[in-house]
Amino acid sequence: MNKRWSKKTLQNTRDGYLFIGLFCIGFIAFTIIPILSSLVYSFCNYNVITPPKFAGLKNYQTLISDTKFWLALKVTSKYVVFSVPLKLLFSLAIAMLLYKTNRVTAFYRAAFYLPSIIGGSVAIAIVWRQVFSGDGMLNTLFNSIFGADLKKSWIGSPDTAIWTLIILSVWQYGSSMLNFLSGLKQIPPTYYEAASIDGASPIQRFFRITLPLLTPTIFFNLVMQIILALTCFTQSLLITRGEPMGLTKFSAVYMYETSFKYSKMGYGCAQAWVLLVLIATITIVLFRSQRYWVYYETDVKEEK
Amino acid sequence: MTQQKRARKALFHFTCVCVAVIMLYPLLWMLFSSFKVSSTVMREADKLLPTQWTVQNFINGWKGFAGHSFGTFFRNSLLVAGLSTIGAVFSSVLIAYGFARIKFRGSDFWFACMMVTLMLPFQVIMVPQFLLFTKLGWTGTYLPLIVPFFCGQAFFIYMDVQFMRSIPKELDEAAMIDGCSRFGVFWHIMLPLCVPVICTSAIFSFIWRWEDFLGPFLYLNKPELYTASLALKLFSDPSSSSDFGAMFAMATLSVVPACILFVSFQKYLVEGIATTGLKG
Repeated sequence: MNKRWSKKTLQNTRDGYLFIGLFCIGFIAFTIIPILSSLVYSFCNYNVITPPKFAGLKNYQTLISDTKFWLALKVTSKYVVFSVPLKLLFSLAIAMLLYKTNRVTAFYRAAFYLPSIIGGSVAIAIVWRQVFSGDGMLNTLFNSIFGADLKKSWIGSPDTAIWTLIILSVWQYGSSMLNFLSGLKQIPPTYYEAASIDGASPIQRFFRITLPLLTPTIFFNLVMQIILALTCFTQSLLITRGEPMGLTKFSAVYMYETSFKYSKMGYGCAQAWVLLVLIATITIVLFRSQRYWVYYETDVKEEK
Repeated sequence: MTQQKRARKALFHFTCVCVAVIMLYPLLWMLFSSFKVSSTVMREADKLLPTQWTVQNFINGWKGFAGHSFGTFFRNSLLVAGLSTIGAVFSSVLIAYGFARIKFRGSDFWFACMMVTLMLPFQVIMVPQFLLFTKLGWTGTYLPLIVPFFCGQAFFIYMDVQFMRSIPKELDEAAMIDGCSRFGVFWHIMLPLCVPVICTSAIFSFIWRWEDFLGPFLYLNKPELYTASLALKLFSDPSSSSDFGAMFAMATLSVVPACILFVSFQKYLVEGIATTGLKG
């Protein structure tokens, strides 16, 4: 009996690895090996042409005194701090607006989701440049409506450049909106009915029922959007090109420039590791924080 | 009461239309700008519709640069996006079956690895992956843009696993008792049932691969290999072109495939995300 059982386990294990084998190979070859080799490179001087030379902690020491690196980190933080909450607020508001399912809301949902589908493309980057440039669409439109020439390049001015990227990010709220919609659908309507009978106002219902029961979705969106924003890259490269004065040069962009433009692969890998540790730390802190503010259904039952 | 209801409905539509206008205006502006006379595109940037319609921009833009027309670039994009999508979709559903239905030693560990890759941003491994592919001699070819996708994509694996878990296990078990092999169950029972989720991942994958800029930017170095997104970026560089009309025309064309896919299959996409509750 015991022998047959172990044979079945063996067979299952064989079958299991036959199915997931491709993933194991890909994970080791395209994720683990690059990550580990980048750790090794981060302790080396490496310019691709000559073989890597061990340099100890030098790259990390340079990092500490590199003002450009700190500026990039500051700019990235600013982007995360403004774009993520704005995006979540906006997507939640729209999801609540389109809560009911019928043909009309289905149309609006699709229309509001379209920018998210194509928002990362080069085409949109081109449009964004032309919308916010000095003689771009926004200024021309403003001029023809209000008769005043703003004469301001939103992309070229230090105070507004990053905002054009934040607006682009908020504009693509579609996927968070859909997540909120599915979260809202999971709240039993009886909760609202009971609350209404007890005389709860819509505002009370929102803060006492909707918001607490939506915390798992908020958490999920928050984690995903923070990671996405922390690694923002293409938009900055294509739209503002890191300018003006490096005020839109995000950490990922600076890392890219260090590695490819200046061929300092070792230094670039050190930056990648700092970014990785930063993302991992933030993710772990968020996951740990769950028990203070995220209500999963089982908790709600226990509280009753 | 009815009047109040009507007022609320009007307010709802007013809000929705306002949001829709803000959301879609940049896209429509791009579309109509590509039909404006090239020299007037920025001068009449405040107008949505062209005062004088022309298709000259499309003719000029299509010529491309460096001796290659946009026809070449679009064909390249189709090749890369098509192959990587086929790879990603089928490997992901295969891998997902292993995770969703087979209990075996190490499955939890590998599932955790999959969840880590789901959250691991590409930018972090961009540099070492580039060095790896350079060592393999893959730069200047499509291999780095296609091969990794044949090892599954975490986002799709996760979506497929979620979907498979909603299919009753008894179906597989009955077939196994009747003598169907493990692969037979996957092929004859699971795969047909997974068609909706396969469609969703195929559409997402194609759109994402089509739009991908970073991969081609890092690995493609010859104009004849450029994909549409990379070509468009070089085409729009201020140093190489001041033909705004042609730039808008090609930008518009480059998003047409994604828009067509989205409009035709938006039900799959919107519901695919709404039911599995996943990021996009």
